[in-house]
This record gives sequence, C-alpha cells and structure tokens, in this order.
Amino acid sequence: MGHIFSYIVEPGLLSSGPVRTALLVGTVVAVTSGVVGVFTVIRGQSFAGHSLADVATTGGAGAFLVGLNQFWGFLLAGVAGAAIMELIGVQRRRGRDVATGVVLGAALGAAALFLYLGTQTSSTTGASFTILFGSMFVISPDTVPALIASGVVALVVIAVLSRVLLLTSLSPELAAARGVPVRAVGIAYLAALAVAVSLSAVVIGAVLSTALLIGPAATALRVTKRPTRAMAAATLIGTVATWLGILLAYDSYYWPPHGHGWSVSFFVVALVVLGYLLSYVRRPRRDRRSQVAAQAREEEPACSPA
Amino acid sequence: MTPETTTNHDLLRLENIGVKLGGRQILTGVSFTVAPGQFTGLIGPNGAGKTTLLRVILGLQPTTEGRVLLNGSTRPRRGGGLIGYVPQKLSIDPDVPLRARDVVGLGIDGHKLGFPLPSASRRQLVTEALVAVGADRYADARIGELSGGEQQRVMIAHALIGKPRLLLLDEPLANLDLKSEQGIVSVLARLAHEQGIAVLISAHDLNPLLREIDTVVYVAAGRAAAGPTDEVIRSEVLSALYGSDVEVLHVHGRVLVIAGDEQQEPQAHHQAETGVVASLDRG
Repeated sequence: MGHIFSYIVEPGLLSSGPVRTALLVGTVVAVTSGVVGVFTVIRGQSFAGHSLADVATTGGAGAFLVGLNQFWGFLLAGVAGAAIMELIGVQRRRGRDVATGVVLGAALGAAALFLYLGTQTSSTTGASFTILFGSMFVISPDTVPALIASGVVALVVIAVLSRVLLLTSLSPELAAARGVPVRAVGIAYLAALAVAVSLSAVVIGAVLSTALLIGPAATALRVTKRPTRAMAAATLIGTVATWLGILLAYDSYYWPPHGHGWSVSFFVVALVVLGYLLSYVRRPRRDRRSQVAAQAREEEPACSPA
Repeated sequence: MTPETTTNHDLLRLENIGVKLGGRQILTGVSFTVAPGQFTGLIGPNGAGKTTLLRVILGLQPTTEGRVLLNGSTRPRRGGGLIGYVPQKLSIDPDVPLRARDVVGLGIDGHKLGFPLPSASRRQLVTEALVAVGADRYADARIGELSGGEQQRVMIAHALIGKPRLLLLDEPLANLDLKSEQGIVSVLARLAHEQGIAVLISAHDLNPLLREIDTVVYVAAGRAAAGPTDEVIRSEVLSALYGSDVEVLHVHGRVLVIAGDEQQEPQAHHQAETGVVASLDRG
C-alpha cells in the first residue's frame, strides 16, 4: 500500500515549504472563487469577471515594473477597474458590456508595455510568465496573511449581501422597489469580484484567473438548484481541482522532459474544464424538468381557484 | 370615483400627478384612488405610461407635480412593506439555482442583509403563500424553468408573503395563454375580495379583466380617466381622453375600443384578442 501511495504521491510532497504554501493559498482562493463565482454566473457577469482579470494583469505587470508584490498590483488594478466599469455603464447590462470592452483594450495595452519595460530593466524573463499564467510554487510566504485576509473580506461581503444579490438578480426593479440600493450593492459585489479575481491571478495567473472563478461555479450550477448547495459544490470542485493540480504538478517533475515540472496552472485549469465537461455526462436534466412542468400543467385546472 | 368622493378609506390616492422623462411630458394631471379590497385595472395602450405610473406609486419615479398618498401619508417609503410588487419580467436564466420556494422566501427578507437560514416557520410561510396562489405543485422547480403563467403565480406569492395591503402588478397577463390568464385573474380577484388586499393590475387589454375588476383607470395620451368600468369605457369619456373620436363596441361580451379616424385595421386574429387597439394613441 505504502509503495502504491508513494508511486501516486511523489515522496516529500507535504514536507516541501512551497507546496504547503500552495495548498493553503490554493484552498483559500478556491473557496473565495467558488462562492463569488456562483453569483458571477447568476448575475450573468462572467464577461465582467474576465475583464477584471485583464485589468488585473495590468496591475500585476505594473507592480512588477516598480518592484511591488504582484498581488497588490492585481488587487489595486482590479478594484479600480471595477469602479470604472460601474461608473461608465451602470444603467444597462448592454451598456456595461460596451464600457467593459473599452476599459479592457486600454488595460491590456498598458500591461504589454509594463511587462516589456519590466523584463528589459530587470532581465527576469520568468516574471512575465508568472504574472500571466501564475505559479503556485513561487508564492512568497510573506504575502500569505494578506491573501487570506482578502479572501475573508470578499467572503464576508458576499455572505452579507447574498439575499440582496439574489433578489437583485431576480429583478433589479423589484429590488429597488423594496428599498435595496441596487447600485451600491452592484459596486460592493464588483469589489468582491475584483478581490476574487486578484487572488485567483496569484494562484493560476491573471490570464487564467476566470477559469477558477467561472468553471467550478458553472459546473456547480449544473448539478444543483439551490444557491447554498451551488456555493458549497463550487467551493469543493475548485478545492479538489487545486489540490489535484498541485499533486500532479509536483509529480510531473518526474515526467518527461525530465527535471522540468509541468505548469501547475495547466493542471488546475484542465481539471476544472474536465469537471465542467463531466457535468454534461450526467442524466440530461431537461427530461426531468419537462416532466415536472407537464405534471404541474396537468393538475392546473383542479387547483386553480375559481 | 373622483378624488373628492372618498376620503378616509383610501389606501392609495394619486393627486394631479405629472411626470416628465427626458424633457417629454409622460403623464399629466393623473388622479385616482384605490380602496382596500378593490380590484382595479390600469388599462391603456402600450407606451401610454402605465409602467411609469406604477413606478411613481412605488416611489421609484420622481414626479414633476402632484403627490401620492399611501395610507394617508405622502412620500411612499421604498420597501415600506405596504406595497407588494410583481414586475413585468424576470431577468433570470433557466440555470439560476433558485427554486420557486426560494424566490418566495426572498419575499420575506430578500431586501435585508445577511444569509438566508432555513427554519420551519419560514418554510411554513412560504408553503402557505404558494398554496394561496395555486403554485405549490412546482415549489421545488427552478424558477427559470417554469412557464410564464407559473412564474407570475410564484411572483405573486413572493409579493404576498410580505403581507402587503396594496398589490401592484405590471402587465402580468402579457404573453400568457388564455387559461393561465384566467387563472391569474381569478387568484387576484380572490385576494382582493376575500383578503381585502387592494390590487392594481396594468394591462393593455381590458377583456381578460372585464368580469372581475371593480374599477378601471384608463391611461391614454399621458392622461387618465378613473371610475367604475362601465362609466369609464364609454365613447365620450375615452374620446375626451384621447382627444379624438373613439368608439367603444361591445361584441360577444368583449369590449373593443376603436378610434373613429383610425384607417389602419389590425390583423383579424390580433383584433380578436386585443380589445384596446394598440395603435390608438397615434390615431
């Protein structure tokens, strides 16, 4: 048994400092992304999430250029991007997409400049790769408390706003009629989204960060019809994908090409996508759905009040 | 029913409401009252200002003149609990993980901060509200998977669970089949007449409501005429409202409102279904 275990899990996995940091941060990020992601999908703001990731890229690149920790760059740019998006296109969902697109182009252009200048001056070419595609094994232990604290803040915001967010996604008009400050709620939610995206960017890279945000949430929404269960499922899927990804990446040091591990971000994203595809293998929900509906309609006349 | 005739027993009272939107006068001098237990139809062609009027009552739309009195006091407070509101359309995807039951639960505390915690009493309240509108059979179905009529029932339950005294519905009969239409109307009539809730329902077609409503507020050309149905839906009243000749025809128990100078006839089947000809206000 021990032999098989050591075959699957290469020796020294849990005694490695970077791996332990990766497991801890990866879990925090998976939980935050899972919970925030469910509301992102419900609100139909996956595109906003993706755009924030691109804006965060600029922040990460800028932080690299001036020698700051990349997480703060991701976070500052993400929150600023969220504020700008909310300011430009607050009224209509359609308008919001257009505004988002405008912010996006400018942001990625600046990111290209920052990365170019940064790599020219410091001659550390690996930084571009880390910012864009992440590496959980190079997270500095100093930033771990800040990462955890940010995740907790985002989770608290979502927990406090969860009912209001659900009501608003049902009908913004109805929420407003019941006294919900719809716009303020939208801003708070976008800020939480920016935090989740920044955390995800640290773990699997700015470009891939929405994979961890949207993937587990979209999968969870396919397998459950209750909001709390969807959040739990998304968290679980994200965590499993992250842990397995770390395990596989660690193992991959012994895979060809020998002595060069595969990218951990690749494994995490691949597992998330695999999970999403597997959710389609389940018994088709449409059958059950139309059965319930048909049954309800059959009984309709008997129960309609006269 | 002029504003002067009823005083103490009005739940809702609009006095001389005027609304401008983007420099355009949408409503002028709209006055009417709604008493508890009264089932009122807010009727008018599309674009006449029905939704704007509902938004004024909800406190979402500022007025340029006039005032709204709700239960005797001005300045209707948003989320005050007196008004239950059913919006015209839900902005919801079939994939959203909300069961009909969850949606109704949001009617209790959806506007509050915090996390929804399940409890037996909460579940009981939700079930009662669903039973009251005949929607308990699909309580556990996702809201996005329900038909239009089923969604309307769930949203009425959502509005009812806050025990409102006034229920506002924005075009709940739009795009419903005849049977769902009748089902919704009879649920609303029962709520008004048995539970004493004042119901104000907007519709572009008067006919599905004709037999159940007590009074009508007819909105056209930015103005409104209010009163018992047979006093308002008359050629003289509507002609004055539109500012052009309007004919009211009674055909096989249905009411048809036709502008006299209207040359363009709607398609035959459309006319059969639509009592108020939609293009009237441009006639």
